[in-house]
Amino acid sequence: MEVMGLRKLALFFLLGVVGLAQAGGVRLTGAGATFPYPLYAKYFAEYEKLTGVRVNYQSIGSGGGVRQLFEQTVHFGASDAPLSDAELKKFKDRYGTDVVHVPTALGAVVPAYNLPGVKKPLNFTGPLLAELFLGKVKTWNDPRIAKLNPGLRLPPLPVTVVHRSDGSGTTYIWTEYLSKVSPEWKARVGFGKSVRWPTGLGGKGNEGVAGLVRQVPGAIGYVELTFALQTKLPYGAVQNRAGRFVLATVETVRKAAELEDFPPDARVSLTDTPAPEGYPISSFTWILVYRDMAKNRAFKRFAEAKALADLLWWISHDAQKYNEPLHYARLPEVAVKVNEKNIQSLRFGDRPLR
Amino acid sequence: MNLGRRRFRDRVMAALVVLGTLVVLVPLFFILFYVFAEGLGALNWAFFTQGPRPPGEAGGGMLPAIVGTFVVDLIALVLAAVLGLAAGILLAEYPEHPLNPPLRLVADVMAGLPAILMGLVAFVLVVKPLGHFSGLSGSVALALIMIPIIVRATEGVLKLIPWELREAGLALGLPRWRVVLSLVLPAARGGILTGLMLALARGAGEAAPLLFTAFGNPYLTTNPLEPMDTLPLKIFVYAVSPYEDWHRQAWGAALLLALLIMAASYLARRYAGGRR
Amino acid sequence: MPRWIYRRLGDRLFAGVVVALGLGLVLLALLIAYELYSGAAPALGRFGFFGFLLGREWDAVRGVFGAWPALLGTLITSALALVLAFFPALAAAIYVVELAPAWLKEPVAYLVDLLAALPSVVYGLWGLFVLVPPLRAHVESPLYLWAAAHAPGVLPLLGPPTGIGLFSATLVLALMIVPYASSLARDALALVPREQREAMYALGATRWEVIRGAVIPYARAGIFSGVVLALARALGETMAVTMLIGNSVELPYSLFGPAATMASLIANEFTEASDDLHLSALVAVGLLLLLIALLTNLVATWILNRMQLEGGRR
Repeated sequence: MEVMGLRKLALFFLLGVVGLAQAGGVRLTGAGATFPYPLYAKYFAEYEKLTGVRVNYQSIGSGGGVRQLFEQTVHFGASDAPLSDAELKKFKDRYGTDVVHVPTALGAVVPAYNLPGVKKPLNFTGPLLAELFLGKVKTWNDPRIAKLNPGLRLPPLPVTVVHRSDGSGTTYIWTEYLSKVSPEWKARVGFGKSVRWPTGLGGKGNEGVAGLVRQVPGAIGYVELTFALQTKLPYGAVQNRAGRFVLATVETVRKAAELEDFPPDARVSLTDTPAPEGYPISSFTWILVYRDMAKNRAFKRFAEAKALADLLWWISHDAQKYNEPLHYARLPEVAVKVNEKNIQSLRFGDRPLR
Repeated sequence: MNLGRRRFRDRVMAALVVLGTLVVLVPLFFILFYVFAEGLGALNWAFFTQGPRPPGEAGGGMLPAIVGTFVVDLIALVLAAVLGLAAGILLAEYPEHPLNPPLRLVADVMAGLPAILMGLVAFVLVVKPLGHFSGLSGSVALALIMIPIIVRATEGVLKLIPWELREAGLALGLPRWRVVLSLVLPAARGGILTGLMLALARGAGEAAPLLFTAFGNPYLTTNPLEPMDTLPLKIFVYAVSPYEDWHRQAWGAALLLALLIMAASYLARRYAGGRR
Repeated sequence: MPRWIYRRLGDRLFAGVVVALGLGLVLLALLIAYELYSGAAPALGRFGFFGFLLGREWDAVRGVFGAWPALLGTLITSALALVLAFFPALAAAIYVVELAPAWLKEPVAYLVDLLAALPSVVYGLWGLFVLVPPLRAHVESPLYLWAAAHAPGVLPLLGPPTGIGLFSATLVLALMIVPYASSLARDALALVPREQREAMYALGATRWEVIRGAVIPYARAGIFSGVVLALARALGETMAVTMLIGNSVELPYSLFGPAATMASLIANEFTEASDDLHLSALVAVGLLLLLIALLTNLVATWILNRMQLEGGRR
């Protein structure tokens, strides 16, 4: 008798737990870029306080994020580089829906260097950076560098180039910029998340590059702005298309995105930006979702899709206030407007989400 | 050769052996010291009882990752032990069986594969059919890494058990299976445990294969069918971030992981009789 | 229970279970091989198996992939690490089993095994922050400067003395594989029957002569097992090597200069690779690692068979 009662109790308990799990809060899963991970950690923690929605975001890499979105194991992906036309076609062919790009913040890549005795930030131009990373500038007191930095005594140290050894969005942004400003770079190396570097040492992650730069006098490398600011790594200014030498700050990075003709699908590259006060090596970071979320098997019910659309709306508006304290740039108004349109186009089957 | 020279050579070799041992132990102390120095400060109450916090917020800990490490690693060890021990027993005790050559090949080959590829296999085996990430798929990935170590250690140790032991058992009228279970395995217990502990240490330190299997989870869960976090995953993510606080926590996690494995090793030796 | 059930059925059942599990493992391994092969097929199809194996260019932007530099890197680092690790590992094993006083045996054994307990990423971080600076300052730079002054022909062989590269990665790798060899060697040495030693002592041998003449030969199969396990570990080791080897997939390598291994290449590029051919090339590198492991296993088995004496079996 007792055993029967115990079994029934256990069954009820089990059903209760299962039932609670269903009826309880919405849970979303996302994966992708490492760059915005700290920012998203903040976003999702705050969002849970507001709405009870739990988001599990893991930084497995932009490439990984796109793959998991394709495999439909996650509700959304995150990437530092927009999807190419070929990649979009893959999604369209398989699932019959577009992938909507929602930019959430901006970041930048800065040239960091180790020059003992040099106190002020150095000035660089795009072509000069290309020549440095091609290995064509051998020492720091080269006239090409001195010309841009009158008054600064540059030590005769040999130039040691440091680059990323792992595939990364940071490399993508850096090499994309170099490809735009240097035809020789474009022809010899090209751009991508992993490239064949003509010279230099490879460090793993921003930490690896920064570590090498700090240890080798005369080293120059590239790191994310957030990283440089957080670890107080000295970095230089870069001349933008308008001729100004711009030092990357959350201000100048945001300004890089204030474009006159902002594309409606938000797949835009900001490197070598025409914006007159913008820092030329900036980039958006995007969240990627299916336009028709019902086509994504990761979604089990309408409430989840609605929660994600609401989350994206909240990120585009209220959450932007969390960007700058964490050294990410906020979205300019023009990007927010485009986001609003795109989020309103999201669907679950034939039901709109906002 | 006279006795004096032989004694001299004996002393020289003994000195070299001690030197060789020191070459192994001195770096170990350096590393342990370094891990303790960097990680001890992070092991506070919050570390053990709270979940992760975004950067800039005080507190924050690794409770989900600690619990996840236990769950994922223990399931992995069980899966690996079952398959690994069976394979080792088959190879050592039934050497005439035709399955042996391919089995030995398989175990050794699996040992050389990078962990991240095992993650790929577990993704295809578990994540895709389920449609979502899970601690269980992480356990499968880790088990694949652990199995070859267990097989080779088990086979190696069982083969060294003197044949007389088996003959004695058989002479007493015990069936073959009883000889293995009750005589040979207990005699090899120390070596088998070494194999299990080596395997556990190996699996417990891996992050790459868990990236797209266990995936990670900022929320505490003990359900292996949900995504789970582990200490190496957290180390992986925190160590490359620019935040001092997260670095500190990464070191704390590394220290905790090392301590957990050290404790498991010690307990296993103590309660299973060690060697001879 | 009736005696015959206990005997025959018990035997059948036990053997059956063990064989079934063994078979399961073989099937699992076949699945792994199949997965790797199907993932690698596009890349292998594009470049041809030998084209891929011997190709010296790895360029993700242009879509040209060749595994030779990474392959060389793996072989060089693993072989060198094994050579560096072998004697210390064996010494530690001999020390614990033969020379240490009774109270020191367990602690030293435990400490050596502890090297295996440390996560790979810890080795990487330690190597990066603690080993590399003094290595650069006190080993690599002086050697480089000496060579520049006295033997400039050696300079290309030495490479840039930055501390990060083939040399430091190999050193840390050697440290990491020691416990695998040492543990199994220790077990093998411990299981040598007392009679073997006593017989040699009775003949008037010194301690070292006993070790060299009776103990090691008897345990040599077990020691060899340890070596093979250590080598396998070295082949697949990823995290620490990735952090220390500098990651340049360009030949020729130099001792102090950056290099790459197959495992570090995969680890570095796998999570970010979005191009299908790139991904396939990385899986193909994994398949190559599988083949190398296969080859080393075949060679090891051949050597093991040559070692007729297998300890327990006569």
